[in-house]
Amino acid sequence: MAVTKKKVASKKSNTIKLKFDTSWDYAPAPESKSAATINKQYDLFINGEWQKPASKKYFDTINPATEEKLSEVANANEADVDKAVKSARNAYDKVWKKMPAKERAKYIFRIARIMQEKARELAIVETLDGGKPIKESRDFDVPTAANHLFYYAGWADKLEYAFPNKRTEPLGVAGQITPWNFPLLMAAWKIAPALATGNTVVLKPAETTPLTTLKLAEIIQEADLPPGVVNIITGAGDTGAAIVNHADVNKIAFTGSTNVGKIIQRAIAGTNKKATLELGGKAANIIFEDAPIDQAVEGVVNAIFFNQGHVCCAGSRLYVQESVAKEVIRKLRDRMQSLIVGDPMDKNTDIGAINSREQLNIIQKYIAIGKKEGAEMYESSCALPSKGFWCRPTIFSNVAQSNRIAQEEIFGPVLSILTFRTDDEVIEKANNSPYGLSAGVWTDKGSKIFNMTKRMRAGVVWANTFNKFDPSSPFGGYKESGFGREGGLHGLSAYVNIV
Amino acid sequence: MAIAKSSQLIHDFALSPRIDQVGVEERASRFTKRSIKNEAKENGLKLVLNMIDLTTLEGKDTDGKVKQLCYKAMHPHDALADIPTVAAICVYPSMVKVAKKALGDSGIKVASVATAFPSGQAPKEIKIRDTKYAVNEGADEVDMVISRGKFHTGEYNFVFDEIAAIKEACGDARLKVILETGELGTYDKVRRASDIAMHAGADFIKTSTGKIQPAATMPVTLVMLEAIRDFYYKTGKMIGMKPAGGISKSKLALHYLVMVKEVLGEDWLNNEWFRFGASSLANDVLMQLVKLKTGQYQSANYFSVD
Repeated sequence: MAVTKKKVASKKSNTIKLKFDTSWDYAPAPESKSAATINKQYDLFINGEWQKPASKKYFDTINPATEEKLSEVANANEADVDKAVKSARNAYDKVWKKMPAKERAKYIFRIARIMQEKARELAIVETLDGGKPIKESRDFDVPTAANHLFYYAGWADKLEYAFPNKRTEPLGVAGQITPWNFPLLMAAWKIAPALATGNTVVLKPAETTPLTTLKLAEIIQEADLPPGVVNIITGAGDTGAAIVNHADVNKIAFTGSTNVGKIIQRAIAGTNKKATLELGGKAANIIFEDAPIDQAVEGVVNAIFFNQGHVCCAGSRLYVQESVAKEVIRKLRDRMQSLIVGDPMDKNTDIGAINSREQLNIIQKYIAIGKKEGAEMYESSCALPSKGFWCRPTIFSNVAQSNRIAQEEIFGPVLSILTFRTDDEVIEKANNSPYGLSAGVWTDKGSKIFNMTKRMRAGVVWANTFNKFDPSSPFGGYKESGFGREGGLHGLSAYVNIV
Repeated sequence: MAIAKSSQLIHDFALSPRIDQVGVEERASRFTKRSIKNEAKENGLKLVLNMIDLTTLEGKDTDGKVKQLCYKAMHPHDALADIPTVAAICVYPSMVKVAKKALGDSGIKVASVATAFPSGQAPKEIKIRDTKYAVNEGADEVDMVISRGKFHTGEYNFVFDEIAAIKEACGDARLKVILETGELGTYDKVRRASDIAMHAGADFIKTSTGKIQPAATMPVTLVMLEAIRDFYYKTGKMIGMKPAGGISKSKLALHYLVMVKEVLGEDWLNNEWFRFGASSLANDVLMQLVKLKTGQYQSANYFSVD
C-alpha cells in the first residue's frame, strides 16, 4: 500500500504548491516619521560643538526607499580633519588620559542610557537614511548598539582584570571609519572600547548613512562628554583618507570593503599606526543531511536576507549536502514567498531598500553574471515599489565553486547554493575563499560541530544559528576579511599598549 | 526527509526530522512581531471566531449546559451584525446527541472526544467502542488521544495501529488526533508523533486535551504545521491542525493565524483545515470586534458566558 501511495505522490508532487498570496493580508502598519527630528543641515561635530566645514561644502543624504532628500551634511576636507584630530589630541592630553577610569565609565554609561531613551527616534532615522526595515533597526541595531556601550562601560575601571599582571595605556587618538550597513551599531562598536580604554576619537560615518551617527553626536553632547573626546566628521573617501594619513592619529579602526582596507594598509605601512580592519566576507553556511532542516532554512533566510544582505558576515555561500539539497531549496523558495519586501517604515516589512543606487548596480551586475554562468535563478514573486532602490530576494542553485557568484562578495540579498557530499569536501570548499569572516554549520550532531569549527578558517562560526551578536563575543576575520577583533576582551586589546 | 529514500516505503518514525529547540522558538516568536491592524484585524478576528471549536469537557457537563453552549455557538453575539458562527462544538460522547439536536441544521459541527479521553489509558477495544458510540450518536468529528505511555516506550507501531483502528471506526467522521504535546517533552517527539498520526490516517492533528499544562504553544504548533507541510508535499494530502488549550486572547489567536498564513498559506486559512480548541477565546474575540466597531471596550458582562 505504501508503494502505491508513493506513486501517486510522485505524480502529484510536481503540481503541489502552497499559496502564499492569501485572502487575509496585513494592512499597512507604518511607523510614524514625526517621532524623529532630522535637521535640514548638519555641520561637523568637533570639540564638543557644531562647526561649519572649512570646505564650505555640503552633500545630500537621501532616503533610498523614496530617493527623497532627508538632509545635507558637511563635507570635511583635510583642514577639517586636522581640526578634529587636534581637538581629539588636546582632549586626550588635557582631560581624558588623566581622568580616573571610573569617571570615564560614567560617561559611557550615560551615552548608552540616552541612546536607550531615544531608541525609537534612532530606529526611525536609521531606517529612513539606510533603507533597512524598521523591525530590524528597532529590534537589532539600536538595542545592540546600546548593549555594546553598556558592556564596555563596565570594563573601563576593570582593565587590570582584563589584562592581569600587566599595565595598559591608551594609544591616543583613534581614527575610526564606519560602513553604511549598520551605521549606529558600528559607531558604538568603535567608540565604546576606545573610550573605555582612555582613547579619544575622530569618527567618520559612511557618506550615504551619516544621520544616526550625527544623532549620536547630539547624544554625546547631551551626555556632557568633555569637548574633543569624540569628534564626528562627515564626508566621503577623501575625508577618510585624510584621517588615515593624518600624522597625529595613533590608530585606525576601519570597517568596510576589502579594497579600501588594502589601501589603508598601504597608507599606514611604515608608520607607527595600529590598525584593526574588518572587511568583506563570503561566508559558507553549511547544511548537513542530519540538520534540523526547517530551522536551518530559517537560518539561511536570516543569514542572507538580514539587512538586505548588506552584512559583511552574511551567509552568502550555502553548502547543502546533496541528499537534502532538493528539500532545502524547495523549503527556501516557499519561505521566500512569505518575506515581505517594501516600505522599510512598515512594521511588517522583512526586506527593505537597497542602500544606494551604486550598491544596487553592483548587485544587479552579479545577478547578470550568475545567469550568464548558468546557475539556476529563483526570485520571490513580490511586487517592488516604483521609486527607490530595490532587489527581490534571490537564490542561485546549481552554482559551481568556480563561479564568480560563489567567490566574490555581492553584498545584497543574493544567495549562491552549492552542494557537497562529505565533511572533508565541504571544509575544503568552505575554506577555498580569500575571505574568512564567518561561517555556519547546521547539524544535529555535536561532534560534527566541533570538528567543523576547528578546521574552518573563519573568525566566527555559528552552529545551528546565524548572525548572532553579543558584545562579549569577539568578531573579526581571517585572510582578506581583515585582522583584529572587535567585541569582548579582544576588543579592548585593540585599543591599548601593554607595558 | 533527510534520510534514505527507502524510508518512503516503510516509514521509520525514529528517523523523523530533528527539531532545533532554539531555532523553532525563535521562529515562532517572529510571527508575533507582525502588526495586525484595521481591516486585517477585523477580518482576522472573524476568521478566528469561525475557526473555534467551542468546548466543554467537564465531569459536570449536563444537557442544559450543552444546549446553552450550542445556542452560543450559533449566536455568538447577536448585538453585533455580520459575524460568523463558530466551527464546532466539542463535547464528551454522552453529550453528542444533545448537541447534535440543539445545533440542528446550523452547519456547526459536533466534535466528540473519545478513546478514554483525556488519558487514553484503556484497552483498544474500549477505545474503538467509545469512538463508535460517539459516531453513532451523530458526531461529525472525533478527537482521539494517542497512547503516550506506549509512545514513550518506543512502541510506535502500537500507537500507529491504534490510530489506524480508530480511523476505521470513525467511518465518515473526521479524525483529530490529540498528541498531548505537554506530555511528550521535546519538539523532536512532537514531530515524530505528528508523523505517526498523519501516516496512520489522521485528518487533523491536535496539540492537547486542555487537561495538561503546557497545552498549545506557538513553537509546538509550528513544529506540527511544518510536519503537515512536509506530509502534504510528500503525499498531496492535506491535514488539518488544531491547537487547543491556553489560547484565550485574540491577540495570541491572530499570531497563530499569521503562522498558518506564512507556513501553509491560503488553503489552510479556513475552518475546514484549521481550528482553535478553546472555551474563553470566543468572548475575547467578540469584545475586540465590538471595540473595532464602536471604538470602546465593553465590560465582560456584555458578553454571554455560555
